[in-house]
Amino acid sequence: MPELVVTVCALLALIIEAFRKGKGASLASGIVCLAGSVIALYYMRCLWNQNIQLFNGLYVIDGFGTFFKFIFLTILFLISIISLAYAAREGIGFGEYYALLLLGVLGMMVMVSSNNFVTIFIGLEVMSLAIYVLCGLVTGNLKSVEASLKYFMLGAFATAFLLYGIALTYASSGTIDVKQLAYFIKEDCFDITPAFFCGMALLIVGFGFKIASVPFHMWTPDVYEGAPTSITAYMATGVKAAAFGAFLRVFYTGFLPFIDDWSAILWFIAVLTMIVGNVIALVQNNIKRLLAYSSIAHAGYILVAFVTGDKVLSSSILFYLMVYAFMNIGAFSVVMLLGRKGEPNEDIESYAGLAGRHPFVALCMSIFLLSLTGIPPLAGFAGKFYIFSAAIKSHYYWLAVIGVLNSVVAAYYYLRVLMYMYFKEPERELGAIDLSPAYVVVILISIAALLYMGILPRDMLLLAQKSVSIF
Amino acid sequence: MGAGCFPVLSVLIYVPLLGALILLFVRREHTTYIKGLTLVFSLIEFALSIPLYFYFDDKQVGMQFVERASWFPEWGISYLLGIDGISLLLILLTTFLTVLCVLCSWRAIETRVKEYYITFLFLETAMVGTLCALDLVLFYIFWELMLIPMYLLIGVWGGPKRVYAAIKFFLFTMAGSVLMLLAIFALYFQFYKTTGAYTFDVLQLYNAHIPTNLQYWLFAAFALSFAIKVPMFPVHTWLPDAHTEAPTAGSVILAGVLLKMGTYGFLRFAIPLFPAAAHAAIPLISILAIIGIVYGALVSMMQPDLKRLIAFSSVSHLGYVMLGMFAFNMQGVEGSIYQMLNHGVSTGGLFLIVGMLYERRHTRMIADFGGLSTPMPIFAIFFMIVTLSSVALPGTNGFVGEFLILLGAFRANMLYGIIATTGVVLGAVYMLWMFQRVMFGEVKKEENRKLRDLGKREVLILCSIVFFIVLMGVYPKMFFKKMDTSVEGFLQFVKQRNAYYMAYEGSPVKVVLDITGTPGGSPGKPAE
Repeated sequence: MPELVVTVCALLALIIEAFRKGKGASLASGIVCLAGSVIALYYMRCLWNQNIQLFNGLYVIDGFGTFFKFIFLTILFLISIISLAYAAREGIGFGEYYALLLLGVLGMMVMVSSNNFVTIFIGLEVMSLAIYVLCGLVTGNLKSVEASLKYFMLGAFATAFLLYGIALTYASSGTIDVKQLAYFIKEDCFDITPAFFCGMALLIVGFGFKIASVPFHMWTPDVYEGAPTSITAYMATGVKAAAFGAFLRVFYTGFLPFIDDWSAILWFIAVLTMIVGNVIALVQNNIKRLLAYSSIAHAGYILVAFVTGDKVLSSSILFYLMVYAFMNIGAFSVVMLLGRKGEPNEDIESYAGLAGRHPFVALCMSIFLLSLTGIPPLAGFAGKFYIFSAAIKSHYYWLAVIGVLNSVVAAYYYLRVLMYMYFKEPERELGAIDLSPAYVVVILISIAALLYMGILPRDMLLLAQKSVSIF
Repeated sequence: MGAGCFPVLSVLIYVPLLGALILLFVRREHTTYIKGLTLVFSLIEFALSIPLYFYFDDKQVGMQFVERASWFPEWGISYLLGIDGISLLLILLTTFLTVLCVLCSWRAIETRVKEYYITFLFLETAMVGTLCALDLVLFYIFWELMLIPMYLLIGVWGGPKRVYAAIKFFLFTMAGSVLMLLAIFALYFQFYKTTGAYTFDVLQLYNAHIPTNLQYWLFAAFALSFAIKVPMFPVHTWLPDAHTEAPTAGSVILAGVLLKMGTYGFLRFAIPLFPAAAHAAIPLISILAIIGIVYGALVSMMQPDLKRLIAFSSVSHLGYVMLGMFAFNMQGVEGSIYQMLNHGVSTGGLFLIVGMLYERRHTRMIADFGGLSTPMPIFAIFFMIVTLSSVALPGTNGFVGEFLILLGAFRANMLYGIIATTGVVLGAVYMLWMFQRVMFGEVKKEENRKLRDLGKREVLILCSIVFFIVLMGVYPKMFFKKMDTSVEGFLQFVKQRNAYYMAYEGSPVKVVLDITGTPGGSPGKPAE
């Protein structure tokens, strides 16, 4: 089981750290982490068509969970490659770094593979605690510590909301199992109380915080900016995917009978998320903040498909999360590649004239940005294509129109970076960039994945469709 | 068909891409080699497209050289290519203009030469792909793909305000096309609802049954997207900026081919897919087209900048194209297609000429010139011919197109025809006045006295333009015979579908009457 592999590797990384110090230890645990993700991916191969309930239904293994695990392990794989170079450069030389990466992924995996609220909550906590620490790992960097604290405070609140939501749901239905909840409601002997609706709303708040939707997004830009960039990439993709996974499972099974109620709320959240994310991103000059707001906006696009409640087309969410992981990790690796120790070069000015100095890097960044914009034949287009087709299919015309117009607004700020890279001359001298093979490998993998999923989306989408057949 | 099963359209689409990929691996110092290689590829492309003309069977209605491969069968997305008489001619125009653009950029582009030619070849792939695609998804992909290279062409190699122009161009076009994407989905699900099959194949979607109400919305979304590209009157504002700032070759391609994608989109998609809505939109589109004709002409008269003047004249010329198309008769539609080709050749030619002037003087202001016919006699001759073709002098290509359009417009609606004709007069005014100010009179500026006349390469470029101007002017049959059947088929189809929708719209009313009539017995009749 991939979960066991990940856990063992996390412990191994901790042990290595305990017995050896210095550069070697960090490298060794990095390799353990990398190996762990590969082995786990290998073991996942036979889980695709399973549907097993473990521990009295506390834990399930099904296609849906497996797809998400596939996303998480891919993210882990890419991030640990990057970290080999990035952590060494930034002096995050602790073995705990990798152990926490692994534990975070463990939390994510637990979160998406249970129908039980308690297990989901445990997964969420394991993931969140790991990430609170990871955000503040750069000792001596005030911004990083601030990010960590801010995330922790707000995250604790959001978790409390989530827990309270679970409690209220339990109080009014008497079950903490999502599947059973659905049965209760179907059998009509269920008294719908205000407390139940409060519970549902609080669950939306809790998940809404983790996926960074407006108005629960305030932490996102600061935390994304302050955290070490590798962790930002990890958070922006992994946490979002995990939160969406649990969110989908809970709302598409347990709360599906109340779709009219929650989709009305989420309709507004989706619109707000897209508009606020995109509009604020227009004026950002720090590339990490820009990507943070863009990640808010992308949560909005995904919510568009979420709102529809279309079971088959909810596969577009899974597909989009996969695509999004590659686009974002790619873009953040370029950001990392341009920085140096103590000189992050994150403002948009440092991208001026990049095409002249490093045509290859500029080309890669443009591919990621164009994919985020949704230009064919890149995977970002395929993702948006399925998302908006879901909205049209379910007759959410206005939501779709608002969504696509937002993607035009988004085009402006992505193009702004492109413009700096291609049209402007650099205003100050920028030194050589850190073209270490770790980044290049990740960038090339991401580009290959984006092109593959953009031109031949069929395999991945059919896999996603099979995964959502549990609903 | 002579071409057999050779996938000629795919080859045509991907040859430039192959060229671009090869260029990626050439060292950037070898500029002459890069230019040569691009020229070779664009010539191969042109050479490949010529047999299309001869093998194209002009008696056959419908698509030819069809290629079909499944791509995503579960969703009904296929790789479907095919051309008819309309796209055939536009493809020839594209490949022809690309060769000229490569030639005219020979000296004009000195920075980032390698990237420039890669972008250009990439653009050609996207353009040819757009013209061949018969699957809506494939079409949309190529359609959006055209944006990026054009954005880069304007933004990297353009004039002083290039960043503004490039972003404006991109955002305008993208805003239109995303709405079209939604309309495509709506059409797709509507087709599924009525027939139970998922498909993006245009030829099947032509026969979709779409309620008139929905048609209006879908047509509006498609039409907006295409109208921005054309550009029609209220959404034309990106064009002057984009044209003025783009490098010469960029302007030529923009005017020559990219604008035609809008009008082509109307012919291939918006009208046949939503015929009832298109019919209802005739007054709106015609009036906007006429406003475009007159407004474009008036504004061009007052432009101090040559390129801006030509850009606004494009608005005016494309107004004719739209007017002719929405006349919905043989003359109008054929004239409109012919005018698309004309505009590509003549306006393309004008941009080339302005580009040559700009290379010598580094200014495009009319006030900076005057009396150029003295130092540059050969140039003057070519400029004169192209100007006259743009004015639509009989004997040049412009005349045939405008004449047919006006004939069609008169037949469809007398008033539209009369107002549109004033555009012809205004056209002569702004073009000839411009020509007079640039070429005739005293040489006022010292710099102008020593201007070089045209070199061999430039003469070659302009000769080929003039060749087509004359050929299309005196022997239009050569082109009409290729499109006759297609246009006839198109009109027939639109008419038939319209009759179908009319009947359909009529029938529920009849049913209602019957219901009220039969059970009561009496209330149905008393009107008599």
